[in-house]
Amino acid sequence: MTVFDQHDEQIPEIDPEGPLDLTGDAEVDGWRGVAAEDVDEVGGGLAGLLRSRSRALLGSLLQPHRAALGISGVLIAVHIGARLAGPWLIMRGIDDGIPPLLDGGSGELRPLLTTVILFFAITILGTVCFNAFLLITGRVGQEIVLDIRRRLFVHFQSLSMAFHERYTSGRVISRQTSDVEAIGELLGHGLISLISSGLLIGGIGVVLVIIDLQLALVALAVFPLLMLATRWFRNHSEHAYRATREAVALVIVHFVESLGGIQAVHTFRREHRNQEIFGRLSNRYQEAQMWSNRLAATFGPTVQILGRLTTASVLLYGGYRAIDGDITVGVLAAFLLYLRRFFEPMQELSEFYNLFQAASASLEKHAGVLAEPSDVPPSPEPVGLANAAGRVTFESVEFGYDERVVLHELDLEIPSGQTIAVVGATGAGKTTLARLLARFWDPTTGTVAIDDIDVRDLSDADLRRAVSTVTQENFLFTGTVADNIALGRPDASREDIKAAAAAIGADTFIERLPNGYDSDVHQKGARLSAGQRQLVAFARAFLADPAILILDEATSSLDVPSERLVQQALQTLLADRTALIIAHRLSTVEIADRVLIIDAGRVIEDGSPAGLVAADGEYAALHQSWRDSLV
Amino acid sequence: MRDRALWRIRPYIRPFRKHIVFVVVSAILSISASLMIPLIAKTVIDGPITDGDNGAVVPWFLLAVGLAVFEASLTFTRRIMMARLSTTIEANIRTDLYAHLQKLDIGFHDQWQSGQLLSRATTDLGIIRRFAGFGAIFLVILTAEVLVIFGLLLTLHFWLGLLVVSISVPILTLSRRFERQYFTYVRRIQDLQGDLTTTIEEGARGIRVLKAFGRGPRAFEQFDEQATELFNTHISRIRLHTRFVWLLTAIPDITLAVILLLGALVVGSGGLSVGGLVAMVTYVLILVWPIEALAWILALAEEAETSAGRVWEVFDTEPVIADDENSLHLDVAEGHVRLEGVSFRYPTGDREVLDGVDLVIEPGQTLALVGATGSGKTTIATLLARLYDPTAGRITLDGTDVRDLSVESLRRQIGFAFEEPTLFSASVKENLLMGHPGATDADVDWALDAAQASFVESLPWGLDTRIGEQGLSLSGGQRQRLALARAIISRPRLLILDDPLSALDVHTEAKVEQAIRPVLRECTSLIVVHRASTVALADRVAFLDGGKIVDTGTHHDLLERNAAYKAILSQTPDESGAQGSKATRVGDGA
Repeated sequence: MTVFDQHDEQIPEIDPEGPLDLTGDAEVDGWRGVAAEDVDEVGGGLAGLLRSRSRALLGSLLQPHRAALGISGVLIAVHIGARLAGPWLIMRGIDDGIPPLLDGGSGELRPLLTTVILFFAITILGTVCFNAFLLITGRVGQEIVLDIRRRLFVHFQSLSMAFHERYTSGRVISRQTSDVEAIGELLGHGLISLISSGLLIGGIGVVLVIIDLQLALVALAVFPLLMLATRWFRNHSEHAYRATREAVALVIVHFVESLGGIQAVHTFRREHRNQEIFGRLSNRYQEAQMWSNRLAATFGPTVQILGRLTTASVLLYGGYRAIDGDITVGVLAAFLLYLRRFFEPMQELSEFYNLFQAASASLEKHAGVLAEPSDVPPSPEPVGLANAAGRVTFESVEFGYDERVVLHELDLEIPSGQTIAVVGATGAGKTTLARLLARFWDPTTGTVAIDDIDVRDLSDADLRRAVSTVTQENFLFTGTVADNIALGRPDASREDIKAAAAAIGADTFIERLPNGYDSDVHQKGARLSAGQRQLVAFARAFLADPAILILDEATSSLDVPSERLVQQALQTLLADRTALIIAHRLSTVEIADRVLIIDAGRVIEDGSPAGLVAADGEYAALHQSWRDSLV
Repeated sequence: MRDRALWRIRPYIRPFRKHIVFVVVSAILSISASLMIPLIAKTVIDGPITDGDNGAVVPWFLLAVGLAVFEASLTFTRRIMMARLSTTIEANIRTDLYAHLQKLDIGFHDQWQSGQLLSRATTDLGIIRRFAGFGAIFLVILTAEVLVIFGLLLTLHFWLGLLVVSISVPILTLSRRFERQYFTYVRRIQDLQGDLTTTIEEGARGIRVLKAFGRGPRAFEQFDEQATELFNTHISRIRLHTRFVWLLTAIPDITLAVILLLGALVVGSGGLSVGGLVAMVTYVLILVWPIEALAWILALAEEAETSAGRVWEVFDTEPVIADDENSLHLDVAEGHVRLEGVSFRYPTGDREVLDGVDLVIEPGQTLALVGATGSGKTTIATLLARLYDPTAGRITLDGTDVRDLSVESLRRQIGFAFEEPTLFSASVKENLLMGHPGATDADVDWALDAAQASFVESLPWGLDTRIGEQGLSLSGGQRQRLALARAIISRPRLLILDDPLSALDVHTEAKVEQAIRPVLRECTSLIVVHRASTVALADRVAFLDGGKIVDTGTHHDLLERNAAYKAILSQTPDESGAQGSKATRVGDGA
């Protein structure tokens, strides 16, 4: 938690300095309203990497690439060595190669040729090594990114619905997109320049000292100042960077949302207000960009002037020493060339910091997600269930979260083939019942069993073959209508798909689509209404042909004729399978063999629909008010 | 001509003409200053050092320091100025683009996903910013720098200089080709990343379906295929980059070796001083960067041209539904609505959704539209608000064709609650007052009350609570009630409710119906209806089938005389399957 605290404390500290108000003021931001802060933000920077789970993740990601990384370490060392040799060889050329050629020299060419050939050979070697280094590290970086992508995707798929409901899809998506990209960005660009720049700077320092200590001291005297400037830049750019990210995120959200809901914008004539808000957000983004740019515009010339002053000082001091004969002209030339290579990578190093910061924050978020244990773990030794009969048993099942018990001590036996309807107010625990059976959640205590086998002991494949769910939300995947139905049974033939659609009365509307079963569901113009999407979801479930079918408020967005069609189809289709129907419209309940009334997590009535109407209890009252609402 | 698209950003640049002149001049000055340093070194080596003249070094040192300060302050000023310039140009284009997008009608937005528009507003504008505020200026500066270095090299020693020049020019050409290929990869990677993101989004949003059917492994297969292709493209990009780096490091270094060898020989023969050789070597090293950068900027220019084309594609789309100089202003409508032979077909559709609809709604009347899914009910509703224009026929309000009214004044008369209640990531209040910013607290209370949306008060921050994607998520019923409150808060003359109570439970639905009745009496209303209970609100019902109004009358009349109507609305289980051809057919088939 210390990371969070630091992050929070830093903001007020930086605000008075920066031109930007990160906290946002009420007048400007009033329209957005108030929401709980996004707890996603992890303080970036070094603190992020120091966390042990991030380190463990990083270790496990690097582990398979140890050999490649070892080799690339050698390669980069050779490359840096070669780059360092360049100016030194030029110095040799000037000091040893030229004098024999000057008037009165011996006219000997060999020293010069040796130097030039050496220069040539070393240069080629260095370049070859550097290319190999780029290829290897580039590939390793991409492999690591692919590895993270796969791990995240698989892990998110394996985490329970309870996790997904808490974590929200938006965060799942950004973990797998922008956060992965931040790491890819670091591995692809930042890390290589960091390594080579760092080594080069260090190497130059060493070589300068070796060539001439006194002149090296003059040249390197500027180093503390450079460090100071770098630190200043790093601290500020961290905030500027974050401000830019936040500002652009707001621009994007507003842009996408307001244009996505353009119909509402037009009818409520909100264009001016939107424009006003957009202008303000855009301004703020621009200011953040400028803050960032200003920092770079200050830092760049600072490094530049330090470099030039150092060059001038070396020229002055080196000039004196050359006149005195302490050093040769070649040494002076070498110093001037080295200094040029010394200051160039400095700016790269500072740019690297932003990438590093983003990536380490992302890595920490990934580590957090991957450390999340699945609360519906797969069975280590699954019991086989090839053809389920469909008998369902709830034995002393209790379920709750956050210390709130949703379902109390439930015992329930559903014989194979029975259709059971569950009725109750919102929050009574109906959906919980369905989710426990589909093993979206596991009970706190007790067991849920199919054909007397605990669902926790079934393999996922067997469980999913036995149980299908149709829910109120009816998500369609990119692809055709047929693809979406086939999701229920991927090996189904076109005939099977058509038969499933026909069985629940979805065929009529599908055949009227521009391309029938091959219509793209997301293509605008062919967009399906909520009711039509739900019919597709029904067809999908029927195609899956499960022993147990769960309908979780599945008919709520159907219009009356469709609902009636579905119900007729259900009567036949449910005849030989177990069904659990959750509905707030009693019309659906009519087809059930048995009705459960649930209130506050307990079953209060249990019996046949006719029997319960006669019993004059809760269900009878509901039934009466429903009859009254009918035509 | 391809150059045109980029050329069209000129109006955005024009205000900064003076700045640009300053930037270019100062850049050339500071580059000249930096290019003088090797010459000073040369002079020191050839002059004071060769002569052994101690005192003569100091003036050169001071000159170097002076130049450094001069250069750094110019660079600083220039970069600050460029930061303002480039971000302002970007922000201005972005704001105009957004304004234009808001003006474009629903038909346009139906065909463009907001993601595509977003990439134009962010990625493409970013490229244009980099080119306009940076690339174009550097194009001038770097060209100048390269030419000056060429000049200096040729002056120092003509033949050696010529050698460097003749090697540099092909490097520039090759670099440019590489950069162009590189950008192709970058584009390809962006596309693949977009596809992968779609798969990731579906894996996240469709998690319940994937889990329910155990299709996680299949989703992973698709994901893995795309992720692997992205990986492979990255590897190709890295290979290309590596070859490019080879070009940029090996060739200058080899040139350097040759210059060193030949230069030393020339020095030996007295054709060049030692200082001159040092200066030449330094210039060859300096030359690498501007050549690399020039190649990059030339490729960026092509990218910027493509991006500008994409941005202007949007700007060039004219809104179809817009005012002209003859548009009439409508103050307060009486509320007499008339549809005359209205037909409509979606631009991408292959059939008429509406086919000659005639309909009259008297002021103060409430009309319910009933029809099967896909019969065109919602289309009629959107035509009234002029979200689309009919393909044939006309719609009048108080006798005036709605196309002759100013769009603003027409929509001001209307309150609309959509089937899908679109709420934005903003406070409840902001969402509520969308169409009526001047509403008083009393108006707010009244609207919330009428829509039975008093749950707002129990939200964590009441009316200030942020809702929508980025805030608190509300249930479907809560969203619908808010949308209803939003539609009525301005007390519109024409109220359009598209299946406004579908997500409510029976109990709440009854309460809302009761509370909304007095509101309906005060205005002309059109209600799209799916359930019998809602029809009770209407004075009159129009029954829509196959894009035509086939019957109108009161609910009870229609119920008695029209079997198809009854089949659509009647929910009584005993009667199910008895009416309606479709129902019978499936009943028989099952």
